[in-house]
Amino acid sequence: MLQQLASNVSPVSKDASITVSGLSKTYRIYTREHQPTTAAEAVIKKMKRSGPKKVVEQFQALHDVSFEVNWGEVVGIIGRNGAGKSTLLKIINRITAPTTGRLELGGRVGSLLEVGTGFHPELTGRENIYLNGTLLGMRRREIKERFDAIVDFAGTEKFLDTQVKRYSTGMYIRLAFAVAAHLDSEILVVDEVLAVGDSDFQAKCLRKMREVARDGRTVLLVSHQLQTVSDLCTSALYMDAGRLVLHGTVEEAMEEYKRSFARAAPILKEASARPGTGELRFLEVEVANDITKPGEEVIVEFSIGANPSFGNRYHISGFVNDENGMVIAQCDSRVIDFWLDPSTENEGRLVLRTPWLKPGAYTVDMMIHAGGHPTDIWEQACHFQVLPVTPYPHPTTPDGTDRGAVFPDFDYSQR
Amino acid sequence: MATIVITPPKKFSIPKVGELWEAREVLYRFGARDVTLRYRQTLLGVVWVVLQPLLTALVFVLVFTKVGHVNYGNSKPIVFIFAGVVVWNLFSGIITRAQGSLVSNRDLVSKVFFPRMLVPLAVVYSCLVDFLVSMAFLVVLMILFGVNPGVAVLLGPLWTVMVILLGSAVGLVTSALTVRYRDVNYFVPFLLQFLLFASPIIYPISEVPAKYRIIYDLNPLTWLMQAFQWSFVRQPIPYPWEIAAAIVVPILAFVAGAIIFEQMERGFADTI
Repeated sequence: MLQQLASNVSPVSKDASITVSGLSKTYRIYTREHQPTTAAEAVIKKMKRSGPKKVVEQFQALHDVSFEVNWGEVVGIIGRNGAGKSTLLKIINRITAPTTGRLELGGRVGSLLEVGTGFHPELTGRENIYLNGTLLGMRRREIKERFDAIVDFAGTEKFLDTQVKRYSTGMYIRLAFAVAAHLDSEILVVDEVLAVGDSDFQAKCLRKMREVARDGRTVLLVSHQLQTVSDLCTSALYMDAGRLVLHGTVEEAMEEYKRSFARAAPILKEASARPGTGELRFLEVEVANDITKPGEEVIVEFSIGANPSFGNRYHISGFVNDENGMVIAQCDSRVIDFWLDPSTENEGRLVLRTPWLKPGAYTVDMMIHAGGHPTDIWEQACHFQVLPVTPYPHPTTPDGTDRGAVFPDFDYSQR
Repeated sequence: MATIVITPPKKFSIPKVGELWEAREVLYRFGARDVTLRYRQTLLGVVWVVLQPLLTALVFVLVFTKVGHVNYGNSKPIVFIFAGVVVWNLFSGIITRAQGSLVSNRDLVSKVFFPRMLVPLAVVYSCLVDFLVSMAFLVVLMILFGVNPGVAVLLGPLWTVMVILLGSAVGLVTSALTVRYRDVNYFVPFLLQFLLFASPIIYPISEVPAKYRIIYDLNPLTWLMQAFQWSFVRQPIPYPWEIAAAIVVPILAFVAGAIIFEQMERGFADTI
């Protein structure tokens, strides 16, 4: 239906809104010992040019990507971590430049890449609306006109003159999203923002994106929540390892995405075949209890090689995926302030206590991050089964437990 | 509606003036943010702007007149030195604040698109506010000590613009360098401290021995400071070539700084 609406209403132009042809992006990765990080080092390097040449490794984040998107389309971009989705969005947003290829955009690009970037905690809500709006490319007049709508959308009118450092996380994100959502850009790029906020607010956001598409504008949406993609998108791109594998209907792309989960596992055992810069790699990842019951702890044991020349401490991230490739849980060690030192080999474990997982097969993606770059992305590093038993004391018919992505640990009581 | 075309960067790129002009609002917002933040949660607020150079000037007066016996000619030492410190604060303030600006705004640089040059340039705004407040106080000092600068004072704004251009040129380059090489953080303060004493800022050029004069003549700050001192504190008029150089060199330096910045900009999001 959306497509129909879109083809009737195309106020901007009949042409494609986004034309991408032959787009590639190569990152150059200097191995640590060869990359000068101080000016003094750089000068010394320059002077003894005769020495061994700089070792530069190429990392191709995007490989010859071409596609076209029409006005009024909502396009979902799906693919696993390291598939190049974020790089593609970064190029569309002009944050980073492509290495080769060409990209034509039929209008202003508004981005919800990182909601709240540019918000300053010491400034008030009002000041931040102006600052953030300006950064996103709005004129002062535009912001003034939409000011009330923005505040209304965010629902923070009482706290307009309060510094945002005193806001709750929810308020902060709502306000930030509201500013971005009211940017009148012809193309809207959204990356995983719907994971935040309460369900009311999420519904509001989804409505907003549909509105944008109905106006004949274009929305690009990156999401791990396949539900969101299938609810919202009129077509989808499926990306894998920097290549565009498929551009078609949402169903086709989803199928391809799910199939890729079955395919990939054995290949990635080979560390060099995995994405990431490679400065630090997992040696081994294993689930201690690969058959478990809902409510039991899942313990992932891992070991990581040493790299004494690598200066930064690093953190681990683990994703638990269900059979559909949907990320059920993200366990980023930063949030519990867990860091490892690269100078020695490290062994560690990830203990997942909640949520209680539903019966089925799960895979775990393990990642090492340091200094803002992933050094190793091991998708489906290990897998485990959850047996079909209920964690609750009183079993019922299936309709009592079959909704929801996980089993919650909940309680009812009389007041 | 304009179509935006994105292609790989060329080997050599010049700053896109149109794009900068489009984004001028960002410059203003950044500037306003800095000014707001500087005085929020301070007790004395704007008083610091005057107090800091005044206290610095008093120390220098003590050192240079009681210990060092420098001859300030027609000028009252306190007025001369205060004026020097105020101009110096504008110049060094721009460089110091610009230098770390890209790194401290790393979120913006790696996540939002706008001409990156605006980040280091926006510091001019808050430095200029400080400068104007201090200049107002300089006028008070001039009245207090009966200093009548004459018509040359009308050229004051011109010298101010030139100091801003020169400072911004250095600030652009050092801010871009800081993204790649963090040791610029250690080098720049040292360089600035050296320049403060190696330029005729807190003492007049007439006190410099003739054999060192040639080194001073190569320093753009020498020309600019003499121009300021001529305009405000009754020092003799600089040589015509110095006046010409004081106008031409900062403009060229700024253009060069902007071009250098542009070349280094493309890698920011990937290295910061």
